[in-house]
Amino acid sequence: MLSFLPSLAGGALIGLSAVLLLVLNGRIAGISGIVGGLFSGSDARLVMNVAFVIGLLLGPLLFLAMFGTWPVVRIETSLPWLGVAGLVVGFGTRLGSGCTSGHGILGLARLSPRSMAAVAVFLSMAMATVYLTHVGGVG
Amino acid sequence: MIVLRTIVALICGSLFGLGLSISGMLDPHRVRGFLDVTGAWDPSLIFVLAGGVIVATIGYRLSRLLPRPLLDRRFDLPTKTAIDAPLLLGSAIFGIGWGIAGFCPGPAIASLTLGIGPAFLFVVTMLVGMIAHDRLIPRLIPTEPVKGARP
Repeated sequence: MLSFLPSLAGGALIGLSAVLLLVLNGRIAGISGIVGGLFSGSDARLVMNVAFVIGLLLGPLLFLAMFGTWPVVRIETSLPWLGVAGLVVGFGTRLGSGCTSGHGILGLARLSPRSMAAVAVFLSMAMATVYLTHVGGVG
Repeated sequence: MIVLRTIVALICGSLFGLGLSISGMLDPHRVRGFLDVTGAWDPSLIFVLAGGVIVATIGYRLSRLLPRPLLDRRFDLPTKTAIDAPLLLGSAIFGIGWGIAGFCPGPAIASLTLGIGPAFLFVVTMLVGMIAHDRLIPRLIPTEPVKGARP
């Protein structure tokens, strides 16, 4: 199947979103930064961050309107491990100053050495973790 | 300007969420399949990164031609350049969580719209993790400038 085509198109849309936010508002579309900014209490662009997150929530609804079906979401991880994973993702993305969007899309586009290092580390750690969960039966 | 910027943020968030939905990134099963390089590897999600980085590279280059963003006074870009311990440690910790759940922050939040219980659990603990970091780390590392700290 040509399953890579929707992935390429979706990726391009994500890139377009990031470019528009940068060119118009001058901001990096980093999800962990934008969401973290909602709670720091000091971000002057709170309204903008809230608007972005509302938009993010509208995304699947747009998908439903366009294709007549919800996007597929299959969660296989058990609830306790899902809770642990959430904690770890929240803490790690704040400590590492970014996640798959800020470092992955814009960081690589900016040829930022920090982002290249971050992507290499989180991608390899995630791959190693999936391998270990298969071996150890976690999840 | 702030109204325009807010509308732009809403549109960009929607495009981002739509892009995630189309790309397959919303599906933890597929994300974990993409990360499962030693097993039944599904490489298709590499095209999400490829598509995103190609478009963002062109856009970023174009943005460098502008003295300032069209709707704001200045570009708000990261200024740190050092590959330091928090960057590497934080990314490693994030990678472990991403591997366990198959969720990273954007898709997890967007998936809330589908009303799936486990996704709510993930997002709640993710927010707890973010807030815990923001409360704890500036105290542990006092040399790091605290964002928004009063003089």
